[in-house]
Amino acid sequence: MKVMAQMAMVMNLDKCIGCHTCSVTCKQVWTNKSGAEHVWFNNVETRPGQGYPRTYEDQDKWKGGWTLNKRGKLKLKAGGRLKNLATIFSNPNLPGINDYYEPWTYDYENLTTAPAQDHMPVARPKSLLTGENTEITWSSNWDDDLAGSVEHGHNDPILKQVGDKIKFEYEQAFMFYLPRICEHCLNPSCVASCPTGAIYKREEDGIVLVDQDRCRGWRQCVTGCPYKKMYFNHKTGKVEKCTFCYPRIEIGQPTICSETCVGRLRYLGLMFYDQDSVLEAASTTDEHGLYEAQRDVFLDPKDPEVIRQARLADIPEDWIEAAQRSPIWSLINEYKVALPLHPEYRTMPMVWYIPPLSPVVDAVSETGEDAERKDNLFAAIDRLRIPIEYLAGLFTAGDTAPVDKVLRKLAAMRSYMRDINMGWETNESIAEAVGMTGQEIKDMYRLLAIAKYDERYVIPPAHYEDAHKLENIATECSLNVDGGPGMGGMDASFGADPNMGADPGVSSYNGPARPEGVRINLLNWNGQGTPDGLFPDGNDKP
Amino acid sequence: MATVLDVFLWLIFPYICLTIFVLGHIVRYRYDKFGWTSRSSQMYEDSILRWANPMFHFGILAVFVGHVMGLGIPQSWTDAVGISHEAYHFMAISVGALAGVFTIVGLIGLLYRRRFTKLVLGATTKMDKLMYLMLGIVILSGLVNTGSGAVGDYNYREGVSVWFRSIFYFNPRPELMPDAPLSFQIHALAAIALFALWPFTRLVHAFTAPLGYFFRPYVLYRSRDAHEGSRARRRGWDKVDTIPRRR
Repeated sequence: MKVMAQMAMVMNLDKCIGCHTCSVTCKQVWTNKSGAEHVWFNNVETRPGQGYPRTYEDQDKWKGGWTLNKRGKLKLKAGGRLKNLATIFSNPNLPGINDYYEPWTYDYENLTTAPAQDHMPVARPKSLLTGENTEITWSSNWDDDLAGSVEHGHNDPILKQVGDKIKFEYEQAFMFYLPRICEHCLNPSCVASCPTGAIYKREEDGIVLVDQDRCRGWRQCVTGCPYKKMYFNHKTGKVEKCTFCYPRIEIGQPTICSETCVGRLRYLGLMFYDQDSVLEAASTTDEHGLYEAQRDVFLDPKDPEVIRQARLADIPEDWIEAAQRSPIWSLINEYKVALPLHPEYRTMPMVWYIPPLSPVVDAVSETGEDAERKDNLFAAIDRLRIPIEYLAGLFTAGDTAPVDKVLRKLAAMRSYMRDINMGWETNESIAEAVGMTGQEIKDMYRLLAIAKYDERYVIPPAHYEDAHKLENIATECSLNVDGGPGMGGMDASFGADPNMGADPGVSSYNGPARPEGVRINLLNWNGQGTPDGLFPDGNDKP
Repeated sequence: MATVLDVFLWLIFPYICLTIFVLGHIVRYRYDKFGWTSRSSQMYEDSILRWANPMFHFGILAVFVGHVMGLGIPQSWTDAVGISHEAYHFMAISVGALAGVFTIVGLIGLLYRRRFTKLVLGATTKMDKLMYLMLGIVILSGLVNTGSGAVGDYNYREGVSVWFRSIFYFNPRPELMPDAPLSFQIHALAAIALFALWPFTRLVHAFTAPLGYFFRPYVLYRSRDAHEGSRARRRGWDKVDTIPRRR
């Protein structure tokens, strides 16, 4: 046994309202730059839908991830080492810019510089690649909220697997959101595909990173990643990927997507796993067995033998303790409500999902029945085969049994807690129906529904942070504390300016000075003439 | 007897260019690893690149091997193992012409897409254009040499090759070059100028061909504190050892 620690995430899809705040804050932090316009370390997909880049889940087309060869051994789906290097000059499975979208901006300048004309000037979209006028035909969330799905919803690769057409009519559609980041896999196929060896998994926390100094832009990782979360920066010629916000994680802060998630649906924590058993688990013959196989790779952080081995592997004490409090461990291995995204890619992904019950609840409430009653919900889970097969296509390689179980647990929690909230008698048979106790349901409810900040995010800081702490003592003013002389100095220079905001004619900074002592109230100005103080003296140089 | 111009062209100029080549690569590798990339434009355009790029690259690799043989191996060695001049010549011309045609057709395809695909043109730098010009001159004149080798009677293995090797022996023999046909002279000068340009272009990617891929494990692990980027820490910037990490 070789204990390794892995920073992992679970997302509770029931709570996702598809607001894209995670995408936007992530973009602002990491990829708000030229060449990375199409790069969304975090994106939110409406499902059913094609995803981003379009149809990335169709591995017959894109050849991402691992597969088993005839002898049952793992190999990269795109081909072995020789084929990898032989296709280095022209990667046959590389998404083009149009599989993402052609980045654009708008000709805002035209709004102010257009000559006088009968019609309002417009800001035409301009391609950021050619600078010419362009038609916007796609983007990272073009099919948001099932937009246009009547036309191209059937292109969803998972829907094709389910084999039955979902009717994309308003009343009949089931819909949920799937926020996606890099999976920081235990068996990452991007790392395996990189000819240079520029991509690596960090020993301490399992975060997968690209060494920008070593990347040579061979593009094989873009193909290798089945989730298409390796993005080629077309300006720098290097590949960039989700960093799991490692600078934040290292100081014990949640990733920016988690921190800003308004639905509070993301959970962060450590998982211990046995590195020696990863390959074997990823080589499980039956695709349906991969979910269980990956769960078996995880190690119980409360098991004394695991603790002993973790200490031998130099994992610090506070990390062991954090792993014991990890919400990820609870959701994956105790409550067993979190499922991996596409385990059939055999990369052992480490961002897991709690499948959404809400489409089921919606379906029940639309019939006018009591959508909080266990029996109604269970019956609906039995009846709504297509949505559940669809979820199974995402999370369990098509095996509906685990998805059924999870949804029943969520349904049971819903009815059990309703009784409590209504002040009714609690019904233990609801908990028993899903193999739980009432207390377990209450605990799960606390984690899923209350979702306290420090219970959602259990992030032990990295261990060179001690050095930074010491550095801070030396570099920060020790008197800059509440009540100290350093306090409040900043505030005095801002906001305290009586001119600011009070009088538009007088500006406290920027621009030439106004005549001393003259003020003008623009509300009283009739727009004629130039009263004193409205404009600076002609002599003043800005 | 070599004139001043000959000495400059065939002795001073090569040494200047090769010095730039070597030092340029060292400096670039040390200070601009981030810029060390092939800067692929496959995302922009795929249909021409799909055939043209492998053609060009495999062609140029074959051409490179041919040059190693033609320039690097003295005629006396091949004579010693009993390969007649005629046999060598026939092989060099035929294989060389094939590789050359491959390369140039690929290059034409690549140049076409670079000029006429808007997205690719938009991503083309001035340095790229200069590089393509030089590359075009070198490859075209090289192909002319191969063709003239089939009809002419100039034995480059007694002229250009000896001169080329003499540069690396630091015993240069510039007097061998004025007698070479003009196309050989152009080819040699353009190639040497291209070497001087090399470290400042995307051509540097050739020196990081990822052959190590055959010999490494699939999944790589790196410790967080074992490295800070792949640059060495500069002198005078060593960290204060506060609490040493337990290892």
